[in-house]
Amino acid sequence: MPPSEAALSALLLRAEIEDWLLAEADLLDARRFRDWLGLLHPDVRVAMPIARNLAPDRLPAEERTQPGRDLMWVDEGYATLEQRVRQIETGIHWAEEPASRITRILAGIRVLEADEDRVLAGCRFVLHRNRLEDETDLLIGRRRDTLLRGAKGWRLLRREVLLDQSVLLAKNLTMFL
Amino acid sequence: MADALDYSGLVDLAAGTVDRAAFTDPGVFQAEQERLFTRVWLFLGHESQIPEPEDFFTSRMGTESVIVARDRDGQVHALLNSCTHRGMKVCRHDHGKAKVFTCPYHGWSFSNDGRLAGVPGALIGVPHFDKAYRGELRREDWGLSRAPRLEIYKGTIWASWDENAPDFLDYLGDMRLYLDYALDGRDGSPGGSRVVAGVQKWRVNCNWKFAPENFIGDMYHDISHRSVDLVGIGPAGGKGRRAAFRPRLAIGFPGRGHGVLGELPTTEPEPYNDAWALYPEVNDWYRVAHEARLAHFAGRPRVAMSVGTIFPNMSFHGRQPRTIVVAHPVSPTVTELWRWCLEDAAAPQAVNDAARVYFLRYSGPGGMTESDDMENWSYATAASLGPIARRRPYNYQMGMGHARPAPGLRDAVECGELTEENARIFHSRWADFLRGEPWAARVPHAAE
Repeated sequence: MPPSEAALSALLLRAEIEDWLLAEADLLDARRFRDWLGLLHPDVRVAMPIARNLAPDRLPAEERTQPGRDLMWVDEGYATLEQRVRQIETGIHWAEEPASRITRILAGIRVLEADEDRVLAGCRFVLHRNRLEDETDLLIGRRRDTLLRGAKGWRLLRREVLLDQSVLLAKNLTMFL
Repeated sequence: MADALDYSGLVDLAAGTVDRAAFTDPGVFQAEQERLFTRVWLFLGHESQIPEPEDFFTSRMGTESVIVARDRDGQVHALLNSCTHRGMKVCRHDHGKAKVFTCPYHGWSFSNDGRLAGVPGALIGVPHFDKAYRGELRREDWGLSRAPRLEIYKGTIWASWDENAPDFLDYLGDMRLYLDYALDGRDGSPGGSRVVAGVQKWRVNCNWKFAPENFIGDMYHDISHRSVDLVGIGPAGGKGRRAAFRPRLAIGFPGRGHGVLGELPTTEPEPYNDAWALYPEVNDWYRVAHEARLAHFAGRPRVAMSVGTIFPNMSFHGRQPRTIVVAHPVSPTVTELWRWCLEDAAAPQAVNDAARVYFLRYSGPGGMTESDDMENWSYATAASLGPIARRRPYNYQMGMGHARPAPGLRDAVECGELTEENARIFHSRWADFLRGEPWAARVPHAAE
């Protein structure tokens, strides 16, 4: 039996979103931060909650802190993301000068929800950072990204980053997640 | 007679130097654990983290885990998180609710409640007590170790393992005025601050002393933050990190080890500086609070400050973003930093939201300001480890011999804005503890 129209269009959409997310990771890995800003919706929010070690009866509700209310690792919009790009562009942001080498590996990209112009995509990530001689950080976790389709293609509206660490084992978070 | 743990000679006050071994040597680190962290008052957390009876959170005192638990009667206790039988952590949760902590290894259980078992932390359950121990175990001798001294000051929880430590307010001295500035309402009302839910905890490959020394009054490291100053991230808008400040001084407390960047006590009125100009509604609230604060103090002296350190490892920002950071030692070259965000319980949501958002772009590992500190502290530590590097001590000579008594404060000195006086005071106090005679060397005075 040939695949249905719906199955084909779901497959095509997944391929399109996968390409978009990998191309975004390429821009960041290549340190093309200005170009990357162009992929963000003006109302973008990036949120990375803090994970906690709690008794089973508090999971999953309390496991991670809540954006817009609690302390987070990251909880910010376009204005702050743009300030971070400017800070790197000063050339004297010591935490990223000399520049770190960063590779983002995305796996298991799936479309979880899709409307005509809006997609919720889930993936797993490995972010590897190597800096100066021997400083290496490995951030591993899951992401949920909401993309909106506009006149210039998909734009990132929401990014939720769930990191597999409660005590952050990297000294800072100067990379874009 | 000097003993094996007396490394106090590493601090040379006459020369204005500190030997790098103080920041790198495993023996020094061990001596700090034995001599300093078992005696000082340490910050554990905030009461708003355990509002109800039987609430607890886990914290640290030096390298060791402690349970900070509120008992049925509302009393707060700090219990060492190590089973008296084989040492297993009896609690591995960051926070929660419990009457009893049961060790997952052999099942000994401990009460957090003095009413149930005589003393908080008492051993109340031993599997096979009758059959295997034949009822012969003296349970009353095997409760969890409990910090004998605990003080709650305007919501902040402090403890010491040293029964002979001076009272907490005496330990603070007039540094209390500056801590009050961080903990009081913005309108000057006493207390009224709480912490935002969640604690940022992260590891940095540096010696723990870099953090308190950074916050004790080191304006000299401003170059660290030039990139963020060029961008401008303050809620007043424009360049820089925060709104303009009246001339501030490094004010230090010799014999206590604390220090602050702040203003001397003053009764002069001061106009509001539109520190939140980017958020008109929030700015209005701060303006009203500012006027109320002036009225609250009327003719009485008041102080303001930006950053300070309470010896040895608790530092705080008193102006926005109002935060507390503790540098927990892990090893000579690894530190675990914990950051809390303070907010005003009486403020509207929009005010606290703006404060939290400002915190997140300023402080912590994701903070545009703090991330550069981490780079400096970690590579300063790494580059101090080698045998040739360790031949040269760190230089703390800035402003030596120029400190003056600070008018309006007891047992305090000031030395202008750019000075290393406060770092010298910190390391001098550190040496008192490593020498093993901290309380004898203390300048006695009781705070009002």
